[in-house]
Amino acid sequence: MSSAEAPLLSVKGLSIPLPPGFDRDYAIKDITYDLDAGEILCVVGESGSGKSMTANALMGLLPSYLKPSDGSIEYKGRDLLSRSEEELRELRGREIAMVFQEPLSALNPLMTVGDQIDEVMLVHGETDRSVRARRVMDLLDYVGLPDPKTLKDSYPFRLSGGQRQRVVIAMALALEPSVLIADEPTTALDVTTQAQILDLIKRIQQAKGMGVIFVTHDFGVVADIADRVVVMEKGLVVETGPAEQVLNAPRHPYTRRLIKAVPHRRAEDGADASSPAADDVLLEVRNLNKTYRSGGGLFAKPRIVPAVQKISLTLRQGQTLGIVGESGSGKSTLGRVIIKLTPSDGGQILYNGKDIAPLSPAAFRPMRQKIQMIFQDPFASLNPRQTVGRILVDGPLANGVSRAAAQRRAEELLARVGLDASAYKRYPHEFSGGQRQRIGIARALMLDPEVLIADESVSALDVSVQEQVLKLLKEIQDQLKLGMIFITHDLRVAAQICDSVAVMRRGEIVEMGPPSQIFDAPQHEYTQRLIAAIPGKGWDPQEAAQGSYEETV
Amino acid sequence: MQNLKRFSQNYGAVLGLVILGLIIAMALAAPLLFPGNPWRTVAMPLLRPMENPDFLLGTDMLGRDIAAGIAHGAKVSLLIGVVSTLVAVLIGVSIGALAGFYGGRVDDLLMRFTEFFQIIPAFAMAVVLVAIFSPNIVSITLAIAVVSWPGVARLVRAEFLSLREREFVQAAIVIGQSGPRIIMTQVLPNAISPIIVTASLMVATAILTESALSFLGLGDRNMMSWGFMIGAARTMLREAWWMSFFPGLAILLAVLAINLIGEGINDLMNPHLRGRKK
Repeated sequence: MSSAEAPLLSVKGLSIPLPPGFDRDYAIKDITYDLDAGEILCVVGESGSGKSMTANALMGLLPSYLKPSDGSIEYKGRDLLSRSEEELRELRGREIAMVFQEPLSALNPLMTVGDQIDEVMLVHGETDRSVRARRVMDLLDYVGLPDPKTLKDSYPFRLSGGQRQRVVIAMALALEPSVLIADEPTTALDVTTQAQILDLIKRIQQAKGMGVIFVTHDFGVVADIADRVVVMEKGLVVETGPAEQVLNAPRHPYTRRLIKAVPHRRAEDGADASSPAADDVLLEVRNLNKTYRSGGGLFAKPRIVPAVQKISLTLRQGQTLGIVGESGSGKSTLGRVIIKLTPSDGGQILYNGKDIAPLSPAAFRPMRQKIQMIFQDPFASLNPRQTVGRILVDGPLANGVSRAAAQRRAEELLARVGLDASAYKRYPHEFSGGQRQRIGIARALMLDPEVLIADESVSALDVSVQEQVLKLLKEIQDQLKLGMIFITHDLRVAAQICDSVAVMRRGEIVEMGPPSQIFDAPQHEYTQRLIAAIPGKGWDPQEAAQGSYEETV
Repeated sequence: MQNLKRFSQNYGAVLGLVILGLIIAMALAAPLLFPGNPWRTVAMPLLRPMENPDFLLGTDMLGRDIAAGIAHGAKVSLLIGVVSTLVAVLIGVSIGALAGFYGGRVDDLLMRFTEFFQIIPAFAMAVVLVAIFSPNIVSITLAIAVVSWPGVARLVRAEFLSLREREFVQAAIVIGQSGPRIIMTQVLPNAISPIIVTASLMVATAILTESALSFLGLGDRNMMSWGFMIGAARTMLREAWWMSFFPGLAILLAVLAINLIGEGINDLMNPHLRGRKK
């Protein structure tokens, strides 16, 4: 990593203008960074920061309306931007390879994985069939896939997300490139799988001495694998430096803000968890069951997925109960069953002592206002054809409140969640993701609920926005003494906001307890694995943000 | 007011509105412009267009004025096209919405009922219906509506099936809105674009179906229509092109105008496209 040698890849003053009509006039401006052989360079930024843009420019993957206006990308001393399409095509795959975010869409669904890896070598001129076949086996084995012999004949849909990403990595490695570009390669994966893929990328990089450009939004991931870091904001590089320095002594205020916003453990458990009082139990779930059945017929066996199995939990006033789990663990189904969006198959849901599980939708409707939900996707959860005001007052109107009173309440709540009063007359598409999620929170609060179920409510948001929304939720909860069920896949978020955490796997709660137990002394083997897989464990973002702050003051 | 202004910025829609306005004006003014019965022989048969300044569009083989026929026929064609489409959309949306939103047994029942109509060739059924109820403008309109709603029902059902899983619909259930209210205020407005596009195409099909019925002699005997004129011209296609050309042009313009307006309304109702520059 000596800077005396010429860098492997060097981006110099690269600018890409945006066509008129966008909110800024360049996608990236004056970007300069180097990549040396044998290092992992992390490009970090929030959505819209242009962090993927240089990688795409490098691979010639820019959409046709974007053309670099200034600067150069030099690979081994030669400018890539001035080369012809043929030269670039030869370079791609052989010298510079790419791993994408979503492995399922990066793979051809109609080709076996073996054929897809084989094809990469074929188009780059490896004509000997037996050489290719041997190489395919080697690669599959190398990226840690079990039983390469049978696996090479499977189709992508047969593989899990992590296995697919391994196949994509194997394809990228097929021609031994010297630069690997990974664009959010673990974002679509579960945390345990993410940890494995990060290990794999690190192992390959060290074994082959490749230069890796790793684009990500997650500082935890950066802490785990980066040698050097480039921080981007709104198309500009705001800070570059060795990982050690950027993570622990960030200089730029934006970097500091980002690091401070990384979700983290609170110092001690919430008070509510340790002093349970029997009389303020809001919601009690006993032996709840839900099984999905699909397909099946006269001759076919139906597919049975037990999504929720014998789950019991208790929610008290003012308490936040976290439900964490990986995809397919049944955590969202549990939330939907409790709020009766999905019918249950058995068990009781006691709300203030009354079992609501057997109630018909019509009989339950008057009680709905007391149990509200905040949804995951801030873009899909608001009706695009209605104004924000309409979205907010619909709830009270459906529950017999007068229009004038509903409107007053909506205006109050808009102010409460930090939105301007003018939002009332505007449409959802005029707002950013974080603002929309605030509208979603206001909608849930319009009905003065006692129980709030938040299903992955901050997962789609950038980390700085996520922090603000979490803070808002916490404030509101403290103020209104709500009971909240917080469903998330992100253990760090759960650690930050929850008084009690339940870990789910395959429809069952494997462990439940206060955060201190779950995170510091996990009992169950699965919880231990989950905790071990949290990215950036050895790094304390709070301390880093704090320390550097004092330094500069 | 705001909507009107936005609509007027869409040149296509304004053009459509102008054309349709002219056709409607022509239909209303027909008794003044061409007094008397359009079926009456008024001049030499097979006059070419412009040959006689009194009969600008020429005459047919029985000496009837083509221009008078088009003016009087506009009323029948538009009326049948628009009314039958409205009826068909009403039936189709109701059935499709209920089936798609409630699913399960309701869906099964309504879809079997829809299929019952779909398995009979549409035009054959229209012919039978008109023949049974004696050809007049009401029976023709209803017959066309009855054969054209299943397509709408299928389309609306498919839209509802996907929309009801969306989070904003789930949110509406959670805040305690009733089923019919969710259908009307949450789902239907989001399904309206394809419905409008289909409806504007259906008006065109209805005008054409009416022509086909007239062609078979199942038109309303008392009313001139564009379809009848084209049907009557078929034997003279090579000798007198103008007999089919002008009514055909009238159908084309009417259909085009309705499609343009449909597209304009569609854009107008979609908040995403507001402020879109041409």
